[in-house]
Amino acid sequence: MSMLEKTLGWVDDRFPLTKMWKEHLSEYYAPKNFNFWYFFGSLALLVLVLQILTGIWLTMSYKPDADMAFASVEFIMRDVEWGWLIRYLHSTGASAFFIVVYLHMYRGLMYGSYKQPRELIWLFGMFIYLALMAEAFLGYLLPWGQMSFWGAQVIVNLFAAVPFVGPDLAVWIRGDFVVGDATLNRFFALHVIALPIVLLGLVVAHIIALHEVGSNNPDGVEIKKNKGADGIPVDGIPFHPYYSVKDIVGVVVFLFFFAVVVFYMPELGGWFLEKDNFVPANPLQTPEHIVPLWYFTPFYAILRAVPPMFGSQFPGVMAMGLAIVFLFLLPWLDRSPVKSIRYRGGLYKFALAVFIISFIALGRLGTLPAGGIYLTLSQIFSILYFAFFILMPWYTTIDKTKPVPERVTFK
Amino acid sequence: MSTDGVDNSKRRFLTAATAAVGAVGAGFVAVPFLKSWQPSAKALAAGAPVEVDISKLQPGQLMRVLWRKKPVWIVYRTEQNLKDLEGLAGELADPNSEVPQQPEYIKGTARALKAQYLVAEGLCTHLGCSPTYRPEVGAADLGGDDWKGGFFCPCHGSKFDLSGRVYAGVPAPTNLVIPPYTYVSDTRLIIGVDEGAA
Repeated sequence: MSMLEKTLGWVDDRFPLTKMWKEHLSEYYAPKNFNFWYFFGSLALLVLVLQILTGIWLTMSYKPDADMAFASVEFIMRDVEWGWLIRYLHSTGASAFFIVVYLHMYRGLMYGSYKQPRELIWLFGMFIYLALMAEAFLGYLLPWGQMSFWGAQVIVNLFAAVPFVGPDLAVWIRGDFVVGDATLNRFFALHVIALPIVLLGLVVAHIIALHEVGSNNPDGVEIKKNKGADGIPVDGIPFHPYYSVKDIVGVVVFLFFFAVVVFYMPELGGWFLEKDNFVPANPLQTPEHIVPLWYFTPFYAILRAVPPMFGSQFPGVMAMGLAIVFLFLLPWLDRSPVKSIRYRGGLYKFALAVFIISFIALGRLGTLPAGGIYLTLSQIFSILYFAFFILMPWYTTIDKTKPVPERVTFK
Repeated sequence: MSTDGVDNSKRRFLTAATAAVGAVGAGFVAVPFLKSWQPSAKALAAGAPVEVDISKLQPGQLMRVLWRKKPVWIVYRTEQNLKDLEGLAGELADPNSEVPQQPEYIKGTARALKAQYLVAEGLCTHLGCSPTYRPEVGAADLGGDDWKGGFFCPCHGSKFDLSGRVYAGVPAPTNLVIPPYTYVSDTRLIIGVDEGAA
């Protein structure tokens, strides 16, 4: 026995290292028909690592103080060696995270990955999405620019719309009567410590749940139902080396696009870094046109689409919350006997298309000024967004499905 | 250890009682953590009243001061402005300021102690953006001839008249807040102190 094997044996007697390696990588059998859409899970993990790494480095020079925050970010950009790169990696990484996660979720919608027995994977994933939105919102206050300040002001005031306890709740969240130093300091603490811990825990739970039931695939066939004499799914291949190597291709392509943004267009015309955020926060003056970053705009459009009722803006806030709550309920709203869109009927395909169009349209409308035709369009697309969920038990029941094959296919 | 004659109901009771006491303890421990998010003594002290000199304010002008870190506007309204306010009732959500968004002593269409000076918190009652001052009568983007001057919130499109009264059919549910204030002389006022209290 070599020295290396001896050491490994010593460790394995005390910690399940080889066992874990096999369970999650070398003997985790994934369906052999994964396609393009299956890159985004591992890419999300890559971006998470990138955000944590660059985030730690940013905290080394950033100052969470209302009088110093804006200047400390400019200090990072101009005076810290390579500071501009670390900051642009982090700011571009935030948007990249949402692009990757939205595509990852769309994959789930297409192939029914949320359906039984993967409901918990979906729920953990939705909690990751929720934590990610909180993380992005908290982090956006830190540069202490005009958009940071007024964006936080608007979002915290959403809580003030809660009946009875709202105003006290908003003061409690801010630690002051308006967004101020106390708010900035606690958002920093939550952004760099609390939420990353929650995120990491949820990601572990997401992956453990996935590896317990096994991956879905573009055909929605359960590969575990068809095992060979060796007990290995006939349609499964070990994650490592097959998918670990395949994912490297995805990583290279992703990093190519990522680097183009980081090096040549880090603001991406105001979509990744808003122009108004290069002006220090001013509590006296709201910018002319305030919009959240692109990944929140679909929900922002829904918020604006609902008029106040009974002298309160709470209905709009409720609608925005419900837009996310419905996503959680997906596994129980979908009554279709098949998972993958390949074997579903026209009704589901139509509904999914309408949903995606509505989501993108709401995202665009959320960036445009409120009022007029934009408001009417926001209302129409909000109704379509909710119709996708509310009518789902009905149209998935009556939809004509095709027979699902025994084995996975390559299309 | 013998398990003969174990009284399971006693064990269940003891387990439940321990859990309940533990939960109460956890509740008590949570209090300081939750309370520490409340405004600090320093933040509360910063809520002191501010005195403002308005002698240099010109008709039609708006000045901003910070009170409790919130923007407070003081607008010098012209005679024509005040006349225009009378005719707007039909377009407003709460023309008579029935929702208590102002101290008791603020009444009428002018919503001010002295009719020509509006004093109002410059934060939209929708989600707290600071609306833009749009005094120009007949602004094309705000309804043309019907627009008699007022405030427009860039965030979600809420409109207010020059008394801070909200237009009907916009996201903001209520009129702008009028802070407590009082005049100490003809041209000096204190924001944060009730009329008659100083």
